[in-house]
Amino acid sequence: MLTDIAIIITKIMIVIGGTFTAVAYLILAERKVAGFVQERYGPNRVGIWGLLQPIADGVKTMLKEDITPAKANRIIYHLAPAMVLAPALVTFAVVPFGSGIDAFGRHIAFQIADINIGILFIFAITSIGVYGVVLGGWSSNNKYSLLGGVRSSAQMISYELALGLSVVGILLLTGSLRLNDIVEAQIGMWNVFRQPVAFMIFLVAVFAETNRLPFDLAESEQELIAGYHIEYSGFKYSMFMLGEYSNIITASALIVTLFFGGWTVPFIDVTKLGHLGAFLSVVSFAVKTGFFLFLYLWVRWTLPRFRYDQLMHLGWKILLPLALLNLLFTAAWITYV
Amino acid sequence: MESFVFYIFAFMVVAGGWVVIYSNNLIYSAFSLLFTFVGLAGLYGLLMADFIAATQILIYAGGVLILLLFGIMLTARKTSIEITQSNLPRLPGAIISSLIFLLLMVVIFSEPNWNSATNPGVKETVPVIGKLLMTKYLIPFELASILLLAALIGSVFIARREDS
Amino acid sequence: MLGEYLPLFFLGVIVFGLIAVMLFLVRLLQPKRRSETDLEPYESGTTPTSFARTRFSVKFFIIAIIFIIFDIEVVFMYPWAVVFKELLNIGTFIFIEMLTFLGILVVGLIYVWKMGALEWD
Repeated sequence: MLTDIAIIITKIMIVIGGTFTAVAYLILAERKVAGFVQERYGPNRVGIWGLLQPIADGVKTMLKEDITPAKANRIIYHLAPAMVLAPALVTFAVVPFGSGIDAFGRHIAFQIADINIGILFIFAITSIGVYGVVLGGWSSNNKYSLLGGVRSSAQMISYELALGLSVVGILLLTGSLRLNDIVEAQIGMWNVFRQPVAFMIFLVAVFAETNRLPFDLAESEQELIAGYHIEYSGFKYSMFMLGEYSNIITASALIVTLFFGGWTVPFIDVTKLGHLGAFLSVVSFAVKTGFFLFLYLWVRWTLPRFRYDQLMHLGWKILLPLALLNLLFTAAWITYV
Repeated sequence: MESFVFYIFAFMVVAGGWVVIYSNNLIYSAFSLLFTFVGLAGLYGLLMADFIAATQILIYAGGVLILLLFGIMLTARKTSIEITQSNLPRLPGAIISSLIFLLLMVVIFSEPNWNSATNPGVKETVPVIGKLLMTKYLIPFELASILLLAALIGSVFIARREDS
Repeated sequence: MLGEYLPLFFLGVIVFGLIAVMLFLVRLLQPKRRSETDLEPYESGTTPTSFARTRFSVKFFIIAIIFIIFDIEVVFMYPWAVVFKELLNIGTFIFIEMLTFLGILVVGLIYVWKMGALEWD
């Protein structure tokens, strides 16, 4: 029992520590990619290639003054950043990041919790993240932040439907909500080839859910300056950023898990290779996730922003019907072919 | 361990509910309702109804409460600094809630052995729910969709009429 | 089955603990230099004109209503999708059943669409 708890705590520490590190370097990578796209250097002063920049930034935000606007609603203003960060850190728990190893006389899965409701847990927890955005925007008592919060929450709930429906096609094929079952069902054949339409819908919806370009209406700089977190400064601001970027990492990991075979390695059965296989599976997962993280940055510096009516049009009138059609087609295919 | 977790969630539910009723600020009421919903989801989880727990969060916390928040923000008067509520008549409220409490107690104690139910030993709850919905409870399932359709049409119809 | 959820409970406790500790530590570190103008809402440099919490379009409210109803239907679809292949062995009735359910959902979608509740202008 004590060993079990120790293993659980270790896994939690690895995941949280890994997420924080990944977020720090994702932000650096974003600035580097931006520099590359715009033909400039990007951060290159702190450490070699600017590799120590995240640490400098972290220390900086901690030492900055933390302003609470005079007419802000204090309790909610202080709680809102935590409401964004906490769900973002919890969602990764059900994503399997490796095949697992046998040690201490038991099988240790590389996943914090392999639960029966799997993917539904992620959707449920993500839906709580909306509160931080809408309440943060409301409590700041700023016109820009209120608009940003309301826009963003309506956007997130609109795309949640397409997101939820696009996954049903995969569930039809797999017959389980457990993410590890979904990964193991993809050995030999990735879901992206079986469900290409669902993948496209999922990808677009996930960009909208994480408020990233081309869907960053919540903080469209030219209109709202910074959107819902405009009044936040210092560490509370960086909590919003941490939450946002953790969500991006979870979203990329989820794309990989659902559509690109998760931790599986093409043409190699890692489950038979022991510890080497476990290592390979983690590397495979990390490389694939890294690619989608790069896609996020690439898209950000390539595509322009949608207008709000275009955003709603895409979500409700294109993605939702398309997801329904895909679902119907998949069900009919399984039944009659 | 289990009862310890139970008390944490139960405290969340009761404390959240308390703030909902006694706070003068509607936004605080709505916000603490979130804790009530999450606590309830935790209680469902302890009862091994994990699908219900996730649904509870997804629909109540992620949908209904957002709607409530939008509603409160929409009705905010331009001039007021905080949106306040003055408490409703207490006597009718007390009578109604004690009647409901009485009814619940009657139902709970008229059911014999309600507290001796053992762990059903189900590992995968979702397939069980799916099978029951598709076979035994098919009629309620399809009726639920008609109910939802009615709700959808009704709400959009009313909203449109007010709009024009 | 509760054992599956034990790690999640630990995770929840650790995450909230971590956030609380971070907020506390940062409170000790941050400087306090406050002036009156610091605490005013930011409005691109001009003096704030009115209180910020104004009304916004009722469309957001309508979208939230429509969302809840479709969200419930999506949640209903999950258990169905999980048992689909298994029940298909008994007969194709499961496909027909969901077709009915989906059909009713689509009627709702078409109605909402035709009423213009999804239009933004």
